[in-house]
Amino acid sequence: MELQTLTYIVVGLTFSLYIGIAIWARAGTTKDFYVAGGGIHPVQNGMATAADWMSAASFISMAGLIALSYGGYGGSVFLMGWTGGYVILAMLLAPYLRKYGKFTVPEFIGDRFYSKSARAVAVVCLIICSVTYVIGQMKGVGVAFSRFLEVDYDTGLYVGMTIVFFYAVLGGMKGITYTQIAQYCVLILAYTIPAIFISLQLTGNPIPQLGLGSTLVGTDVYLLDKLDMVVTDLGFKEYTTNVRLSGINMFAYTMSLMIGTAGLPHVIIRFFTVPKVKDARSSAGWALVFIAILYTTAPAVAGMARLNLMQTIEPEPGNYLAYEERPEWFKNWEKTGLLQFEDKNGDGLIQYSADTATNEMVKIDNDIMVLANPEIAKLPNWVIALVAAGGLAAALSTAAGLLLAISSAISHDLLKGMIAPDISEKAELNASRIAMAVAIAGAGYLGLNPPGFAAGTVALAFGLAASSIFPALMMGIFSKGITKEGAIAGMVAGISVTLFYVFQHKGIMFIPGTAFLGDTPANWFMGIEPNAFGVVGAVVNFAVAFAVSKVTAAPPEHVQEMVEHIRIPVGSGEATGH
Amino acid sequence: MSPLNEDQAKEYWRRNLSLMVKLMVIWFVVSYGFGIILFDVLNQIQIGGYKLGFWFAQQGSIYVFVGLIFYYAKKMSALDREFGVEEDE
Repeated sequence: MELQTLTYIVVGLTFSLYIGIAIWARAGTTKDFYVAGGGIHPVQNGMATAADWMSAASFISMAGLIALSYGGYGGSVFLMGWTGGYVILAMLLAPYLRKYGKFTVPEFIGDRFYSKSARAVAVVCLIICSVTYVIGQMKGVGVAFSRFLEVDYDTGLYVGMTIVFFYAVLGGMKGITYTQIAQYCVLILAYTIPAIFISLQLTGNPIPQLGLGSTLVGTDVYLLDKLDMVVTDLGFKEYTTNVRLSGINMFAYTMSLMIGTAGLPHVIIRFFTVPKVKDARSSAGWALVFIAILYTTAPAVAGMARLNLMQTIEPEPGNYLAYEERPEWFKNWEKTGLLQFEDKNGDGLIQYSADTATNEMVKIDNDIMVLANPEIAKLPNWVIALVAAGGLAAALSTAAGLLLAISSAISHDLLKGMIAPDISEKAELNASRIAMAVAIAGAGYLGLNPPGFAAGTVALAFGLAASSIFPALMMGIFSKGITKEGAIAGMVAGISVTLFYVFQHKGIMFIPGTAFLGDTPANWFMGIEPNAFGVVGAVVNFAVAFAVSKVTAAPPEHVQEMVEHIRIPVGSGEATGH
Repeated sequence: MSPLNEDQAKEYWRRNLSLMVKLMVIWFVVSYGFGIILFDVLNQIQIGGYKLGFWFAQQGSIYVFVGLIFYYAKKMSALDREFGVEEDE
C-alpha cells in the first residue's frame, strides 16, 4: 500500500483510540479534571508519567540532535539529564508533595511560604516554563504534520495546533491518564520497532542497546569505530568523543535538565494522583523504567541513523550520490523545506561535509532524523507509518499535560485562589479551557520561528524550571527557615537571571532579531550556552533565598509544623484530598 | 498530630537524609563522574564496541538511576514500618 495512505490509516486508528478513551472516561467534576479522582496504580501512573514526559523532544527530536548537531557523545547531556532528574524527583520532592496532597504546585508554594504573592510568583514561573515547553512541542508537531501531509512546515504547524487544541480541551486528566497509557504503548512500539529492524540490518543483533556496541554484519569492525571513521573522513569530530563545547558546559547542561525535570509542574502533578506516599516513590521508579526503554534505545537510533545517512549520501569514500538519483525520502523532506540541497560546485553530486564552504547539504533540520530514519534504512511502509503515529502521540500527550498544568495554574491558582474565590466549578472549568486556547495560540505563533530544534527549545524550558520552581520546592521541604520574602526573592532572581541570559542570546520572547548579544561561545558566561544556564539561575535562587531569609522574620509556627508533617508519610489522606 | 515524638521524628528524618545522601553520591558518580569528568580515563577501557566512558554517558548511568530509585523506595518502606509511620494498606 502507498505510504501516505498507510500513514493516514495508522495515525487515524491510533487517534480514534485515544479519543475513544477520552470520551469514555470524560471528566465530570473539577477534581477529576485535575487529578483523575486519585487512586491510580503506581505502574499505571508510571506509564502515564512516561507518556506525559516523553514529548516530541524525546521522540522526534533528541536522537537527531545526538546524531547531528551534538555530534554523538555531546548528546549525552540529554540522555543523562532527562533521566537522572527522576532520581531527584523520587528522593527530594515526589513523596513530600504527595503527602502534602493539594492540586497544584503553586498551591504548595503558597501554603509553605504563607503568602499569596509567593503563589502568584510561582504561577508566573510555571506559565513561563510551560509555554516555552509547548513551543518546543509545536516545533515537533509542525515537523511531523508537514511530512505526513507533505506540506511546508508552517502549514503543518497550523494543522497541529488545531488538533492539539481539540485534543486537550476534550478530556481532563482522567481522560488523559488512560489515553496516556495507550499513547505510551503506541510511542514505545513506534520507537523500538524501527530501532530493532535497523540494528538487525546493521549488526545482526536485535537489541539496539547491544547492537550499538557490536560489529557490523559480515565484518569484524565495530559499528562505533566505523562511524568515527566515516565522520572524521568528512571533517566532522569523532562521534564517540565529541564533547559539547566543554566539560563545564556539559556538566551545567546535564544538571539543568536534571533539576528542571524535578521542577516541571506537569510531571510533579502526576505524583499527586497515586494513592500513597510510598506509591509516589515507586511510581517515579516505574516512570523511569518506561522512559529508560526509549532513552537507552535513542543513542542506538542516533548512531545508526547517522551512519545510514552518511553512507546513503556517500556510499564509498569519494563516490557521491547523484542528486537526480536521490531517494524518495529525500524528495519528500525537501517539500517540507526542512531538508535542502544546493549544488555548489555544479557537478550534480551531493557532497556532504563539515566544511561550510563546500558542504552541499545546506539544511538538514535535526528534527527530521527520527522520522526519516526508517525511510533511510528502507524499512517497510507500515513501520514508517507507525513512527509518524508515535511521534504525534508523543507530542500530543505532552502538549496536553502541559496545557493542563497551564490552565489549572490560571483557573485554579490565579482565578479561584486569588482573584475570584467564589467562582463556580463550571466557570472555573470554562476559564481553564480559555486559558488552554490562548496558550496554544501563543505557543503556536512562537513556534513559527522556534528558538532552536524541538529538544533544544524544551531544554530552555527545563532551565527556567530549574532556576525557579525546583529550588523553591526543595527549600520548602528541606529547610524550615526559608521565609516568604526569601522564597519570593529567590524565585524572582533565579528566573530573571536565566530569562535575561536566554533572551540576550536567543531574542526577546525568542522573536528573531531581538537578541542583543550574538548566540556564540565568545559571548557566553564561562562558555555555558543558554540551554544549559538554568543551573546558574538555580544557584542564584538558592543563594538569594538563604540570604534574604537570614534577615527577615522566621516563618510562623504553623508553617514549621506543616514542614514536620509532610516529612512523615502516615496520614496523607485521599489522593485528591483537600 | 504526628505519631512520632520529637526525638523519633528527628531520628526518622536523619536516617532518611543519610540514605538519600549515599544514593545521591552514586547518582553523581555514575553520571557526572564517569560520564563527564572521568570520561577520557574510562574511555581507555573498551567493552565490545563501547568505550567505557561513552557507555556510562549514553547507557550505564540510566540503568543505575532506575536501580537507585527502587532501592530508595524499598529502604524507605522498611524505615516507615520501623517507625510505624507507614500508611494503611
